[in-house]
Formats: sequence, structure tokens, C-alpha cells
Amino acid sequence: MYENKEMRQVFGSILEEMMEKDERIVVIDADLAKANGTIKLRDKFPERAFDVGIAEANAASIAAGMAAYGFIPFVTTFTPFATRRMCDQIAISITYAKRNVKIVGTDPGISAELNGGTHMSMEDIGVLRSIPEIVIFEPVDNMQLAQAMQQLVDYDGPVYIRMFRKSVPAVFGEDYKFDLFKADLLREGKDVSLFATGIMVTEALKAADMLKAEGIAAEVINIHTIKPIDREAVLKSVKKTGAAVTCENHNVVGGLKSAVAEILVEEYPVPMKAIGVQDHFGEVAKIDYLKKKYHMTAEDIVAAAKEAISKKR
Amino acid sequence: MDRTEIINLQDKSRHIRRLIIDEIGKLGVGHVGGSLSVVEALVVLYYKEMNINPAEPKMEGRDRFVLSKGHAGPAVYAVLADRGYFDVKELETLNKPETMLPSHCDMLKTPGIDMTAGSLGQGISCSVGMAKASKIKKDNVYIYCIVGDGESQEGQVWEAAMAAAHFKLNNLIAFSDNNRMQIDGNTDDVISVAPLEEKWTSFGWNVQSIDGHDIEAIYNAIEKAKTSVDKPSMIILNTIKGKGVSFIEAMGAANHSMPVSEEDRIRALEELK
Ligand SMILES: Cc1ncc(C[n+]2csc(CCOP(=O)(O)OP(=O)(O)O)c2C)c(N)n1
Ligand SMILES: [Mg+2]
Repeated sequence: MYENKEMRQVFGSILEEMMEKDERIVVIDADLAKANGTIKLRDKFPERAFDVGIAEANAASIAAGMAAYGFIPFVTTFTPFATRRMCDQIAISITYAKRNVKIVGTDPGISAELNGGTHMSMEDIGVLRSIPEIVIFEPVDNMQLAQAMQQLVDYDGPVYIRMFRKSVPAVFGEDYKFDLFKADLLREGKDVSLFATGIMVTEALKAADMLKAEGIAAEVINIHTIKPIDREAVLKSVKKTGAAVTCENHNVVGGLKSAVAEILVEEYPVPMKAIGVQDHFGEVAKIDYLKKKYHMTAEDIVAAAKEAISKKR
Repeated sequence: MDRTEIINLQDKSRHIRRLIIDEIGKLGVGHVGGSLSVVEALVVLYYKEMNINPAEPKMEGRDRFVLSKGHAGPAVYAVLADRGYFDVKELETLNKPETMLPSHCDMLKTPGIDMTAGSLGQGISCSVGMAKASKIKKDNVYIYCIVGDGESQEGQVWEAAMAAAHFKLNNLIAFSDNNRMQIDGNTDDVISVAPLEEKWTSFGWNVQSIDGHDIEAIYNAIEKAKTSVDKPSMIILNTIKGKGVSFIEAMGAANHSMPVSEEDRIRALEELK
């Protein structure tokens, strides 16, 4: 149903359907409406879909003001501007004030590709994760995004949506049932848990196939909501497998690795390895090139999984 | 500035445009519009005004240039290559893996780039910092900076504007590339920054508004700015986004970041002969 569509198209068209039914929803852009698939909303909703120009901090607090008036704003821009630029406004106007605002950041991590180092947010999850109460959600495919949209609106509070813009392989079919606060068990296994998010989920699934060929049963769990993370799902899995690998398109400081490690060290320590950006900035290149260069491929996950398994006591 | 010099710099501008089209064309996509709109300003700065030394990019006491609208990197790279900071062949590596020429200016990668930019609004503040530093050092350096008109929607630009006037930074000469467009459309339709002249004047700057493609006007404006006693200077460049190539100009805001096919490249070069 969402095949051959870019994520931003799905995002834009579902938003359009929801705006028709729910007059509280507004869309605020910061000169990236063309890039984010939201510009066409202005034809139908000239008052409720608008641009504030290249002024992200302003956009965030404008959204908070509108939320204080009963609206539900979606603020959209690229991830670095949605987080670094808006950080204090997200912390105070939106989250401290408990406003029902959805911040949408696109082109996370290495998916900024040719926009290069300045546009690659390796830290956005980390930056926002340490703000109390905010929800951080990263859809893995179109189906998940489509099902999430209504739940995101219904959840009365700040959410950061970390969204890939272009086409991604489908992970879920029509029978999928999304729950914002429950991780997805994609594959069951007993030897190692692969916790993945965003574009790294498909790499983790590929890695699980490769491991299976070698007789290793990897469990694959999609952590679409990194905050609040589904603690039960993480613990249940590692209690079974005794080893973990986290896979994220983000710095290994502050993101999924940190979130999983925080649970494990307190509750159930097991050997763990982390795949992701190893604490450095990005650079211009296509995703596939950077995945290889930064050791974020399925092969790297396989090697990390074996290492974690070898350290089991 | 005499007639021959003007003609030479006009020819140079055409040559720089060819290099820009070539480097972006060979990659196939890039920030064409905003690169083509700043060519004359860069040419006057790099071939006439700035005290610089391509053989020694980090020379003490050199004038500095900050491209606050960092996405127009390809324009600066063309100028730096032509001035001899690096081999013109490097332009073919634009935005390719491991390049020293990334889409947005990076002072750690490219010889001749004085400041990293790409997150709009920051470069003008960096220029204020440089101008303040130069005042403390008393090294008689000029700091030049180009901001975008869309970029001027960032509050930080106006924080910088206030600070520069407060610190009486007459060694700061900034340009606003008033091409009246940004990504989502015409700047006047997105969020108007007009009236730019009055805004900068009321923030305490010396302001001139000129044809941003007129070599002589740019030169005269910079010379006049240099006589400022205690104010920073803003030169508003009234420009055309995509200037120099008719089919690119005609695209309007869609030329911000655009694909350039081999056919487009050849067609554009033909026009820039
Ligand atoms: C803080 C920030 N927000 C958004 C962007 C994305 N962006 C890159 S260029 C651009 C439009 C710039 O318009 P303008 O300053 O007028 O530049 P020009 O027309 O000269 O290309 C935008 C929104 C960015 N680079 N930085
Ligand atoms: Mg502009």
C-alpha cells in the first residue's frame, strides 16, 4: 500500500488526511517544506500549514504558543536544525511547558548524504534524550510511520520524530499493529539480541540472516521509540540470549547504545557491542559509502554479534 | 577602477561561472542558484580587494572571508582554484567521497577557507568574532562576509548585527545576497526580510544598496565602506539567483539545489562563452 513511496510522501499525505478530520493540527515549516513533503498542504490548508522561514528556534516557540492555544503543531526541518538549533526552545517552551508539539527532523545521521558534516546529526537523539519527558520516535518504514501518525497526535505531549526522507525497504506488511511504547520483535533468536533503529534495522535483519547461515540464532528487535525505551522488551530478550548488539545511525554516545546500556548495567549486565557512528563527525558521501566507512554494515553487525557471544560467561 | 580592469573582472566572472557549472555539472546536482548569484562579489574581493596570498593561505595579517551562506561553497572553490590555492582539477572532486571540497565550506578541509559554515546564521557572528579579534590585535585586517537574504530570517543574524555596531567594528564589511529567493520560494512570500536597508541602518550599520552584478559598483561600495570611522558596513547586493545562465535564472527558486545533466552543463557553458 505504501510501496514505492518516499517516507516524506507518506508523511505528507497522512498529515493531509488527519488535517481534514482534526482542525487542531497545524504544520510549521522552516524553509524546508519542499524537501520534507509538506509544501502541498498549503494548497488545502493555507492558514494551518505555513512557513516561518529559516528561523528554527522561532518555529519551535511559535509551535509552543499555538499548542498553548489548543492546536497540535508539527514542526518540520532537517534533524540538525530540529534539535541543535531548537534545543532550548524544545526544552523550555515545548517540553518543560508540556506542550503538545511534534518536532519532525528529517535526514538523520548519515542520511544527510551530500549535505555533509554540517547537516549530519549524529547527536540529535543524545541531545534530546537527556531532556525529561520528551518522546523520541524513529519510524523504520512507511507502514510503521503511517500507523504511528494518529498515535503521535493522540499522545498529549512533546514528541521528536526522527524521520528518513526518501525510500526505505518495507519491514512490515498490512497485518502490522503498531504501539508507540512497545518495541517490535522482528525475529526470535536465542544466541544474541540485535537492537536496532531506523535505517539500521534492515542491516540487522540482513546480519541475522548471515548469522543464521552459520548456525547462530539472532533475535532482532526494532526500537522505534528510543525514549521511553521499552525496558521489558530489552530485558526479556537479553535474559534469553545473554548478549547484545545495538545498531544505530547515530553517535554511539547518547543514543540507542546508551539507552540499552543504561538498562543492562542496572538490571542485567551482558556482553554488549555497539554499531553506529564511533564518536566522530560526518562528511559528504552517499549512505552506502558511509555505512562501509563507519563500519555500519550487516557484516560489521555479524562480527560484533560474534564478539559479544564470545564474551558470554 | 579603469575600463580595462572592469572588463577583465567581468571576463573573470564569466570564467568563474563556467567553473561552477562544470564542477556541479560533473557531480550532477548542487547549489547552483546561490553560487551563481555571488560571483561578482567574490571576484572583486579575491582579484582586487583582499590582502591574501594563495601560496600562503594562512598568512598573518591576511584579510578574511566568511561565506555565511555556506551552501554556495562551489562558487568560492572555483575562485580559490582559479587564484591558485589548489589545482583546478580538484573542482572535479566536489562533494565526492574524501573530497577537500564539501558542499558547505569547511576550514579544516579547504586551503583558503577561513571559516566553516553550513548551518545558516552562524557565519555572520563568526565574522563579528574575527573583526573583534582583529581590533584587539590591531592588525588592520578587513573581515568580509556574505549572508543570504533567506538566511537573514535567522535571529542570530540580528544578534550579530547588534554586536558589530556596539563594538564599532568598522573593519567588518558584510554583503547581503539579496536574490529574493530561498528554498521554499520567494523570500517575500516565505517570510519577508524587507526592508533590508532600513533594518541594517537601524541596527547601526553603514548601508549601501547596489546592483550585485556590477563590478564597478561593488568595488566602489567596498572602497566607501573602508572609509567608515566607527560603524560596520553592509552592502546589499541586488542579485539574480542563477545569474548568467538564462534557463537556470528562469527556474526561479527551483534553482536553489538542482540536478545538472550533461546536457544542461553543455548548454550552460555554451551561454557562458
Ligand atoms: C540553520 C539552517 N536552517 C536551514 C538550512 C537549510 N538551507 C540551506 S540553504 C537554505 C536557503 C537559503 O536561502 P538564502 O539564504 O536566501 O540563500 P541563497 O538564496 O543565496 O541560496 C536553507 C533553508 C541550513 N543550511 N541551516
Ligand atoms: Mg536568497
